[in-house]
Amino acid sequence: MVYLTRKAEFSASHYYNNPDFSVEENRRIFGKCNNPNGHGHNYTLEVTVKGEVDSRSGFVVDLKQLKEVMHREVLDAMDHRFLNKEVPEFVTKIPTTENIAIAVWQRLEPKLKQAQLHRVRVYETPDLFVDFYGEE
Amino acid sequence: MKAHLSRRYLFSASHRLHSAAMSEDENRATYGKCNNPYGHGHNYTLEVTVSGQVEPSTGMVCNLVDLDTFVEKEVLSRYDLQNLNHTQEFAVTVPTTENLCIQIFEIMQRGFSQAHLERVRLEETMMNSFEYAGGQEDGKRN
Repeated sequence: MVYLTRKAEFSASHYYNNPDFSVEENRRIFGKCNNPNGHGHNYTLEVTVKGEVDSRSGFVVDLKQLKEVMHREVLDAMDHRFLNKEVPEFVTKIPTTENIAIAVWQRLEPKLKQAQLHRVRVYETPDLFVDFYGEE
Repeated sequence: MKAHLSRRYLFSASHRLHSAAMSEDENRATYGKCNNPYGHGHNYTLEVTVSGQVEPSTGMVCNLVDLDTFVEKEVLSRYDLQNLNHTQEFAVTVPTTENLCIQIFEIMQRGFSQAHLERVRLEETMMNSFEYAGGQEDGKRN
């Protein structure tokens, strides 16, 4: 089994708010991230797939294909977007780094043909990142 | 849905690697430059990984403010700009980065209850890093 990781970057804005909480609760729990006008990050996405090395191509996965799927399913939808308003998952779910990692997994997993998705890592900043390994 | 969240912190400290169980010559042979009696320092990068179910109402594994507050109070304020050999835990135990990593894991495990502690990773320099994820055996080295 060999693991292959492809990185990508996207920039987006978001804010954290749960309509079931009061204004004060939202402010207390989410702090500055609760500003309704939003704020932005340069996210780094790392997608790790695993599989056996194909004896003819020497590849675990066709990188070109992986890159295309990442672009089509994730970057086209999230890059230079306001996540809360423009990405369907985040109309109802709060676009935390945790939920972004889960959404990226759910977008990619059904579209990958050759290799199996192993891990999605999303860096919100260089000091903060989330790993998602699928439903456990 | 379970996710792993990792946060990185910086602190700087000095140490000297020297074991009372070894002769002067053995200490020099084992620790080399790190045995310099006056000590030396590093900028450490600490990476803490916690895991848990993503709470639907907040979208979080745990509140980052809680994690940052705990690490600041219990780890960074304890070690940042200190001589590790002068702390109680390294009075006898050699303050290698392995032992420091284990010590930080144990501080986190004892006191941080808002999420499951997965792993502590400590970078001593850009070239060396150490990880500890707990274990049944006592990982300590004296």
